[in-house]
Amino acid sequence: MSSETKQILTTDGIPLEVSLKKAEKKNKIKAFLLVAPLLLFLVITYIFPIGDMFMRSVDDRMVTNMLPKTFKAMEKWENLEELPPEEVYRGFYEDYKLLVEKQEHGKLGQRLNKEKNGFNTITKRLFRQIKRNKIDESISIKDQINKIHKRWRNIEFWLAIKRTAPPYTMAKYLKGMDMYVASDGSIAQVDEDRRIHRILWLRTLEIAFFVTLFSFFMGYPIAHLLATLPMKYSNLLMICVLLPFWTSLLVRTASWMILLQQQGVVNDFFVMIGLVGDDNRPEMMYNKVGTYVAMTQILLPFMVLPLYSVMKTISPSLMRAGKSLGGTPFVAFWKVYFPLTIPGIGAGCLLVFILAIGYYITPALVGGASGTLISNQIAFHMKTTLDWSFASAMGLMLLTGVLVIYWIYNKLVGVDNIKLG
Amino acid sequence: MSKNPEFVKFDKVDKSYDGKVLVVKDLQLDIAEGEFITMLGPSGSGKTTCLMMLAGFETPTHGEILLDGNIISNIPPHKRGIGMVFQNYALFPHMTVYENLAFPLRVRKVEKDEIDKKVDKALSMVSLSGFETRMPAQLSGGQQQRVAVARALVFDPAVVLMDEPLGALDKNLRESMQYEIKHIHESIGVTVVYVTHDQSEALTMSNRIAVFNDGKVQQLSNPAELYEKPVNSFVAEFIGENNTFNGEVVDIDKDKCKVKLANSEILANPISVKSKGEKTTVSLRPERALINPTDKMDNMFTGKIEEVIYHGDHTRVRLNLLGSSEFILKVPNSTSNLELKVSQDINIGWNSVDARALDPK
Repeated sequence: MSSETKQILTTDGIPLEVSLKKAEKKNKIKAFLLVAPLLLFLVITYIFPIGDMFMRSVDDRMVTNMLPKTFKAMEKWENLEELPPEEVYRGFYEDYKLLVEKQEHGKLGQRLNKEKNGFNTITKRLFRQIKRNKIDESISIKDQINKIHKRWRNIEFWLAIKRTAPPYTMAKYLKGMDMYVASDGSIAQVDEDRRIHRILWLRTLEIAFFVTLFSFFMGYPIAHLLATLPMKYSNLLMICVLLPFWTSLLVRTASWMILLQQQGVVNDFFVMIGLVGDDNRPEMMYNKVGTYVAMTQILLPFMVLPLYSVMKTISPSLMRAGKSLGGTPFVAFWKVYFPLTIPGIGAGCLLVFILAIGYYITPALVGGASGTLISNQIAFHMKTTLDWSFASAMGLMLLTGVLVIYWIYNKLVGVDNIKLG
Repeated sequence: MSKNPEFVKFDKVDKSYDGKVLVVKDLQLDIAEGEFITMLGPSGSGKTTCLMMLAGFETPTHGEILLDGNIISNIPPHKRGIGMVFQNYALFPHMTVYENLAFPLRVRKVEKDEIDKKVDKALSMVSLSGFETRMPAQLSGGQQQRVAVARALVFDPAVVLMDEPLGALDKNLRESMQYEIKHIHESIGVTVVYVTHDQSEALTMSNRIAVFNDGKVQQLSNPAELYEKPVNSFVAEFIGENNTFNGEVVDIDKDKCKVKLANSEILANPISVKSKGEKTTVSLRPERALINPTDKMDNMFTGKIEEVIYHGDHTRVRLNLLGSSEFILKVPNSTSNLELKVSQDINIGWNSVDARALDPK
């Protein structure tokens, strides 16, 4: 009752709220139409591919679709200590026969072989029997299949088929962490000498961390100079910072290759000044050193620019105030100037770290064996092994890692403290 | 108690930034202990440079600055023990009011209890008790300004420098802060060197004012003398309002001279003219010229009113007098106000002692 009496009306009797909504509706539609292209673009180029990547990484429907009758029958297979009942054998036989007609039986053999070594042999035997019409459908299929090869009488192989039943799998993610699902369904680690991915993950984190650290220690003084020098010098310095930024990434990486190789400019210089012997030139490329040097240089502007934009806003009178109040130049810097640059440090470090963690071209060209990152491994699976689902899984793990770092950063510093300029 | 009349001493100080132009020329200035001295001048006159040299942020190109008898040119700013209030306050935005005030004490390794006591005292001095936990951004301009003053005073410096501290405040707040700073100065007796380009600020607050122009001190004297007895035409122009007549001295004796203008002659007080034939600019304060004077005055003329502007407490009248239509009169707003109308003729008179014949412009 009271709210009705309080309702404010416009002069022509329409409630104010309704009138306001009507007036703003047009603006809202206009605003939406303006951002719609971008929204569409984002959906097509960002959200959809990530969704697709995720689907690929967990998709395991191939066997599920190939053996529908088998899996239907397996629902009745209760005692997993014993071989499956006749229905399962019959279902598998019928499914397989259909695959043979469609000439897709080879794929199944390969897929099952991945699950359990030796599968390919026994499916091929079964194929031959079917081709020769040796299987009599009127009597027990179970006995006939079991006779084809002794592995068909091994329960492990049937369990392997059963494991492929779910349409989705985490196997690719486990593989990315050097783990797998053992035949008893538990998660196990791969042998120590085959744990390559974990080393790569750790190396990626390590390189990204140190590249961030180096960029910070080099970028901070540069940004400070940029912010405090008189205009004519700071413009020149700014161009020095930005010029490599405008140069192609590939060109910059290639120039580092020219500089760092054993017969390269840097080594020549070291030999010339007598730092190292001519027959003892250090390897500065195709290892971590190369990756560190090239990536730090390439990512430096991403550290300098946010720092610069924050430092530019800090009034020089604050440092003067700090000094006039009795702080030594160091105290004035540490207590006054430095805390005010934290938003820029946060933004710069986060930017460099996130870029470094997914870096690809530079480590691929100068990293050699010990300087490559996880992204190079992803590319390897994309291009060479064509295991796209594994590449997708690792890509998503990388993305999750970045999001976790972002979350931790938000907890520690607060994202609203980031300042990119 | 004996106060050192040369507590701060600029001794033949020159300053050049580019090696071509002298920003400060041969500055000789003594500041007494406990004095409130203002450096007043237009922008670019060298006043802020002087302050920065005293604070230690700029080094003199030549000459020495002495603080209490010691040469300080080679002492870095943080060891000079000089408090400073900056133009934009320069409060540390990431620290609370308490931390801002505690900063100079903490770097001096003062005990925690002592810090609390001093911060408390300083804040109550600027009537901001209870604001300890606020951040500077949560304060109004005037409050920030007061925190800046408190911070410059909290460590009991011998000298406090203020670089146009009221520049960013609105007019009313600026006026009340002027009195507040003046009272703080009177109650604690600290030496204050104040820089401003606002003459009314300088006149209300200072014991003495040094008027800067072109890198030089034009006049150093107390506010009254500066206003009443400017020694040259720059000071006369810069401080307060001014009617000027340009002419040539035709007759001179000890305390009077006759100045020939374009088409008439006036009597004036010879300040910087010595002999006949010299060019001069005669300066007369608007309030020293009276309408229809009852007393006998030695300059009496008739002028025509060109414009009447009502200012509340007074009325400004622009006259066409002695061939110039820029002659300004200030008529106080009293009940016996005259009817002033445009194009009316009125009689104006002033004493020759108030018409100061200065150097020609």
